[in-house]
Amino acid sequence: MWLFDKDLWIEVFNTLGKNMFRTFLTMLGVIFAMIILMLLLGSANGMSNGFDRLFAGTASNSLFVWSQSTSEPYKGFERGRRINFRIEDASILKEQIPEIEVLAPRIELGSHRDVVTVYRKGRTSGSTVYGDYPEIDNITKKKLVEGRFLNKTDIEDSKKVCVIGEETYKLLFDKGEEAIGEDIRINGVFFRIVGIYKPNDNINIDGENAVFIPFSTFQKAFSSGDRMGWMAIAVEGGTTVPIVEQEIKKILKAKYDISPTDERAIGSFDMSEIFNNISAFTTVLKGFSFFVGIFTLLAGVIAISNILLITVKERTKEIGVRRALGATPRIVKRQIVLEAIVLTAFAGLIGFAISVGILSGLDALFGQGDDFPFKNPMVSIPQFGTSFLLMVSLSVLIGLIPANRAVKIRPIEALREE
Amino acid sequence: MIKIENLHKSYKMGSNSLHVLKGINFSVEEGELVAIMGSSGSGKSTLLNILGMLDNLDEGSYTLDGVPIKDLNETKAANYRNKFLGFVFQSFNLINYKSAMENVALPLYYQKVGRKERQEKALKYLDQVGLKEWATHLPSELSGGQKQRVAIARAMAAEPKVLLADEPTGALDSKTSYEVMDLIQKINDQGNTILVVTHEPDIADMCKRIVHLKDGVIVEDKKIKQVRAAEHV
Ligand SMILES: Nc1ncnc2c1ncn2[C@@H]1O[C@H](COP(=O)(O)OP(=O)(O)O)[C@@H](O)[C@H]1O
Ligand SMILES: [Mg+2]
Repeated sequence: MWLFDKDLWIEVFNTLGKNMFRTFLTMLGVIFAMIILMLLLGSANGMSNGFDRLFAGTASNSLFVWSQSTSEPYKGFERGRRINFRIEDASILKEQIPEIEVLAPRIELGSHRDVVTVYRKGRTSGSTVYGDYPEIDNITKKKLVEGRFLNKTDIEDSKKVCVIGEETYKLLFDKGEEAIGEDIRINGVFFRIVGIYKPNDNINIDGENAVFIPFSTFQKAFSSGDRMGWMAIAVEGGTTVPIVEQEIKKILKAKYDISPTDERAIGSFDMSEIFNNISAFTTVLKGFSFFVGIFTLLAGVIAISNILLITVKERTKEIGVRRALGATPRIVKRQIVLEAIVLTAFAGLIGFAISVGILSGLDALFGQGDDFPFKNPMVSIPQFGTSFLLMVSLSVLIGLIPANRAVKIRPIEALREE
Repeated sequence: MIKIENLHKSYKMGSNSLHVLKGINFSVEEGELVAIMGSSGSGKSTLLNILGMLDNLDEGSYTLDGVPIKDLNETKAANYRNKFLGFVFQSFNLINYKSAMENVALPLYYQKVGRKERQEKALKYLDQVGLKEWATHLPSELSGGQKQRVAIARAMAAEPKVLLADEPTGALDSKTSYEVMDLIQKINDQGNTILVVTHEPDIADMCKRIVHLKDGVIVEDKKIKQVRAAEHV
């Protein structure tokens, strides 16, 4: 196999190495093409990663269900009737729909137009107050700055503890003041702070200024009985959220005598839809980058072929001498094809190295901020491998053009004295 | 060594045809040093190129070292050239980005000689032309005479049966020309067969036989008493 002919490689490297300027010029096209391809791919990846980070902590296979008012009269009830979920709905749904993995009931203080006051040492924060189960953390993860989130014991013992948002902390405390272990008053009831969380920069379901207390404590402290405001639900991986969503609504509609066609009585929000849209977007973006990039590469490789074609003309005499000294057309062809391969491969690697540098720079510039969906803009090894292999195979094909031109030159014509 | 019979060659140029060689009969024995003379355009290079298998003949036969040279494709011609022939050109035709030694080693590369042996042989032949110290120099760092000596070393490195030189002194001043001819004579003294194309009588006189071409035929073919170039250096 001539590809393993060491002498041929040495000959090619000598020829390219001793004509550095020409070699460099020839490679420019592919270097740029590779940079463009890698930057496109890397940025697409960076965006994809950025979105992932943005939604980190939010279960993609989740939905939220809450009660509203009916919009159709049904079974003797008039329209406009306010629906209130009961805490038992949680266990009914969990029992009847095995696909439900986590179901976290929640109740919000003041949802019945009562006044909510969150108070501490003369300051009020106007926060939203939620009664929650610790399971909610499996669906929308809280980034804790300090302390802990609610746990099972809090629920079992109906402890008067709370987790507050950073925003709430700023409104109730002085800067730098220790908050863990301090008490705040919610509608006259004292709660001890056990944790402070940072608002997620993703879709903000909870609001930034919020206080979380155990569901059971909520029931006792604010006499909410068995009422339940809404449910955060995570379904098993591989299950389609909309199907579970329909199932849940069917059961609840039957239970609360809601018309099957009433779309307003029960509100819901499907998180997976957002995730699907985003992943479709980033997939299209990646595909498009690859497509554009490959054509750029093709152009780059054609540029190499073109310049080789020019240098073949320039090297007519040299090729003639080689032929006179006994180089067969095949050897000449091999050498030029191999030159094309080596040039392309080197240019590809240089372009790759440069783009890795640029991408690291981009990451340092934009990848650290929380608000911009851009993180770790790198190309994966398979992406680089595919591009590289494709490019090198192209170079073999396209190198054949100048190679065939070179062997068409008859030595007698190449050597004619002017 | 070389035997050609009734050799014809014409060049087609559009509708015209230029009949350059009109029936050449000529043979060369081993160890001869032959000058091919004639005025410019008389077909000397054409004849040498055909002998060198760089060009095809139209009519006639050509036998080299007992091998009939016919039905040549490019690959076969390249292999024959590599095995049988060494070339020296008027304008040296060294590869400009290769050192003297690499230039000399090139035909050996095409003979598939191993790298180490190539270098040893190249050095040996460079030594024979007195340029061992210049082995790592590029052609641009050499004088005309030195370049031609490198070219001769390159032609000899492949150990050819016949050395073909087309106006080897054409680009050199007379002193350097004699040095080159001195080298050619010495190579011939070792028993090598050499053909030298020239239009300079003093160069032709340094050969052992002069073949005179005119209007596409040999008008004169005579053995002469060789003038040693060394006497003029
Ligand atoms: N490839 C060619 N095409 C057409 N005419 C040619 C070609 N090569 C040589 N000739 C012509 O053939 C004649 C002999 O040329 P050449 O053998 O180079 O002469 P010399 O070497 O004796 O000066 C010249 O008239 C030249 O113009
Ligand atoms: Mg001539």
